[in-house]
Amino acid sequence: MEHKNPYFEIAGLGFNTADVMMLLITAVIVFIIAVVSTRKLQLKPTGMQNFMEWVMDFVKGIISNNMDWKTGGQFHILGITLIMFIFVANMLGLPFSISVDGYLWWKSPTADPVVTLTLAVMILVLTNYYGVKAQGMKGYLKTFVSPMSFLLPIKIIEELANTLTLGLRLYGNIFAGEVLLGLLAGLATAWSGAGFLAAFIPMMAWQAFSVFIGAIQSFIFVMLTMVYMSHKVSKDH
Amino acid sequence: MLLDYLVLGSAAGQNQYGTILATLVVFVVLMLLLKKFAWGPLMGIMQQREELVANEIESAEKSRKEAHELLEEQRSLLKEARTEAQAIVENAKQQAILQKEEIVSSAKAEAVRLQESAKRDIESEKEKAIAAVREEVVSLSVLAATKVLNKEVSTEDNRTLIEETIAKAGEAR
Repeated sequence: MEHKNPYFEIAGLGFNTADVMMLLITAVIVFIIAVVSTRKLQLKPTGMQNFMEWVMDFVKGIISNNMDWKTGGQFHILGITLIMFIFVANMLGLPFSISVDGYLWWKSPTADPVVTLTLAVMILVLTNYYGVKAQGMKGYLKTFVSPMSFLLPIKIIEELANTLTLGLRLYGNIFAGEVLLGLLAGLATAWSGAGFLAAFIPMMAWQAFSVFIGAIQSFIFVMLTMVYMSHKVSKDH
Repeated sequence: MLLDYLVLGSAAGQNQYGTILATLVVFVVLMLLLKKFAWGPLMGIMQQREELVANEIESAEKSRKEAHELLEEQRSLLKEARTEAQAIVENAKQQAILQKEEIVSSAKAEAVRLQESAKRDIESEKEKAIAAVREEVVSLSVLAATKVLNKEVSTEDNRTLIEETIAKAGEAR
């Protein structure tokens, strides 16, 4: 079950080749889904346009739950892209995984903490940026010492903890799902094919559960992004 | 790296700065592309639909109000027409009563007139009859006198005499 990661380095920057490839595949799939479903836009939507509009309204609902739509509207595109990207990324590792010579090539990009933590840090930076933008530098700094100034260290820890949990939650769920799928796949090939019978039903159940987890995790990621965002941009917090 | 021990099968001495950069670049480029090619137009059309729906609701509200006004107008017109019709019927009734009275009274007058003219006719007939009777009496008297006198009494000569006599007899009676 030990897998090595394909790796290359350009000018001191190390790349996980599999991650980069899977990220690009994810991006291409999301782009194709989005463009195909919005190619023939109609006032009376049909088929895929309905689905895409449902996604938009869904994300809009998430944002509206957390903040005023007037301030939250600017995060709509971020939210839709995030939820689609993470959902597709979560799904990619489910049907199969490919490893060549012990190198793992096909997997969910979100099963790598580097990717998920990068996304989480991106969210951290964005929330703080929009916090400064919405409240001004003074108002932004004031949120760290309100309601009490001795809360400052806790507030700083909160930032780091939020980011760490945001990234690791996603990574942990998807990684665990893939590990178990890998184990079941190993079982299926054991005992010269007899293991397939034993592995078939748990495999199906776990894949279904993983689809569910992948959807939930993408929802949670966007939800928490908007929660953190609203803490930063709204004045009454 | 700090998180290396978390990476599945990571080898020591491999940094992941490139992967981080790739993640960021892929995500941001995807977001920008989608904004341009998918979300932007989709949001536009959703906005357009919202406006359309709002407009439709507004116009529906307006036409509903208009219909209501028309209905009120029609209702008042109907009411007016009904009262007018009632007035007309009332008028006609009164007129009919008047006409009836007129007809009856004129009929009565006609009847009276007819009665009177009949009376007059009767009177004149009576007078005529009396005159004829008188004539007859005169000629009979002349005849009788002729028989009595045995002599032709000329009607012409004695007529005046006889008539006077008869007149006297009438007066005496």
